[in-house]
Amino acid sequence: MAGATLKNKHYVLDPKGRPIRIKASKHSKLNRSRAGNMLLFILMAICGLFMILPIVMIVNNALKPPDELFQFPPRLFVRNPTLENFSDLFVLMGDTWVPFSRYIFNTVIITGGGVVGHVLCASLAAYPLAKRKFPGSKLLFSVVVLSMMFSWTVTQIPNYMIISMLGINNTYLALILPAWSFGIGLYLMKQFMEQIPDSIIESARIDGASEFKVFWRIIMPNVKPAWLTLAIFQFQVLWGNTGGMFLRSEELKPMQYAMGQIMAGGAARAGASAAVAFIIAAIPITFFLVCQSSIFETMTTSGLKE
Amino acid sequence: MRNKNTHSLRARIGREKVSYLMMAPYFILFTMFTVLPVLISIFFSFTYFDMHSMPQFIGWGNYAKLILEDDLFVTALRNTLILAVVTGPVSYLLCVLFAWIINEFRGFTRALLTLVFYAPSISGQAYLIWSLILTGDRYGFLNGTLMQFGFIQEAILWMQTEKYVLPVLIVVQLWLSLGTGFLAFIAGLQTVDKTLYEAAAIDGVSNRWQELWFITLPAIRPQLMFGAIMQITQSFAIADVSLYLAGNPSVNNSGATIVTHLLDYGGIRFEMGSASAIATVLFIMMVGTNKLVQKGLRRIGE
Repeated sequence: MAGATLKNKHYVLDPKGRPIRIKASKHSKLNRSRAGNMLLFILMAICGLFMILPIVMIVNNALKPPDELFQFPPRLFVRNPTLENFSDLFVLMGDTWVPFSRYIFNTVIITGGGVVGHVLCASLAAYPLAKRKFPGSKLLFSVVVLSMMFSWTVTQIPNYMIISMLGINNTYLALILPAWSFGIGLYLMKQFMEQIPDSIIESARIDGASEFKVFWRIIMPNVKPAWLTLAIFQFQVLWGNTGGMFLRSEELKPMQYAMGQIMAGGAARAGASAAVAFIIAAIPITFFLVCQSSIFETMTTSGLKE
Repeated sequence: MRNKNTHSLRARIGREKVSYLMMAPYFILFTMFTVLPVLISIFFSFTYFDMHSMPQFIGWGNYAKLILEDDLFVTALRNTLILAVVTGPVSYLLCVLFAWIINEFRGFTRALLTLVFYAPSISGQAYLIWSLILTGDRYGFLNGTLMQFGFIQEAILWMQTEKYVLPVLIVVQLWLSLGTGFLAFIAGLQTVDKTLYEAAAIDGVSNRWQELWFITLPAIRPQLMFGAIMQITQSFAIADVSLYLAGNPSVNNSGATIVTHLLDYGGIRFEMGSASAIATVLFIMMVGTNKLVQKGLRRIGE
């Protein structure tokens, strides 16, 4: 009985092993006054206009013909929108040191590997820390939290030494492996997993589920908002990485680096640069929207219940 | 099968084996790429190290120099404390407030609203818009607007005038507030058991503010703690805003912060010993603040 019900994420088991359906009731609109709603709406609209400015600027710049990009005084909005900048950019892309598709491939490997690996590694480690009190668990957790407060700038040098010693310098691993062990993932996942009622886990164990199965079938589906959020953070960090001192070979460098080279072209490439800025922002934003909407789709009504 | 008996010694040992196995990949990598580098950096803070020759041990020399000789460190410390004390709590409250308001919306509207407020953190060129706004001639957006409405007669050199630097940095930093903590709160609010609200309404919770204090905030306490750490690390480490808008060095060092000072030592003067000492001081400040804040967070909903 248990195996079948475990697979369906809409059911959890109560302490006696009976399946309970997670109720999908509409969010109650209790305790809401109309005046309060109006006030909040106006506040949101005003603040939102200011917050969205950088995106507005990037979109408008990408569509500006050269004379408008250099116009003085500068204007925020475009007058004669054109896609010229993008066609300029594609010409430049065809003219890079290694084929541009190689940079894209590198970025996919580094970002994909870093995001998936980090979410898995950090979640797997967070589960015992959140749900099993064993000797050393508190210490391990506080070491991770403390480490997040040490300035990243100065640890770069020792990091470089260690990566060189491991012999993974100038490979994808030099970026991917450290990314798997960032502190943020473990902390975030542990905080969310703590909230899962013990009774759900206990009943799955009684039904004979192994710890890995509990982790995969009970814990992870219940903290979906957490790992989708973590994926957004990690995507942003890795997406912005240019390879820096760790990737020296041109054929290993990520797209961000190639884009940076195009932007470094100065005034002659102002148009292409504006298109680059657009693409550099558009991809994480797309990823963000996909993740955020699936957070809301799956969790809109359920929540965690005893 | 005796595996229901969770208290037997053998069962406990068996369980812990699984725990250690699950944690192994993360903690092995974490030790190599985080714990060791941090320990090595702390060791460097007691040495003179220029990144060419071997580090020479000089005891507390770097720390003594920071406190006794380095006037700029005192300025940087002062600016950092002002920035952290003002932007830290305000940013944090803004994150909670906006996450909570967005939680009232449904579906794709909500994802879109989240994007709107997260835009400064994700768009990559956030500071660029501020350099347009703050341009010191009369064509800067801010100067232009203020002159049009007659608030000022002459254009103000915002980033070249000492008294405006810190206030402007504070405003821009607040605008950048809705980052990591904000998204964590948004996700946390998704996991709150909705029946709690129905029960609360029956128990006499009569408006949204009571609901926020007595139900919502206690329910997302783990996320609030996470957000607090992220806020502390961000507020004490403010540097990018200052480097980009005020420049380095800024006018009479009015925009110098601990981290810009650290970057000065590490990236320009190649004095890794001093840079590491600054990082260690900053670390201790953050740890202390975190202790206080976590204590405060336990009292929510009382």
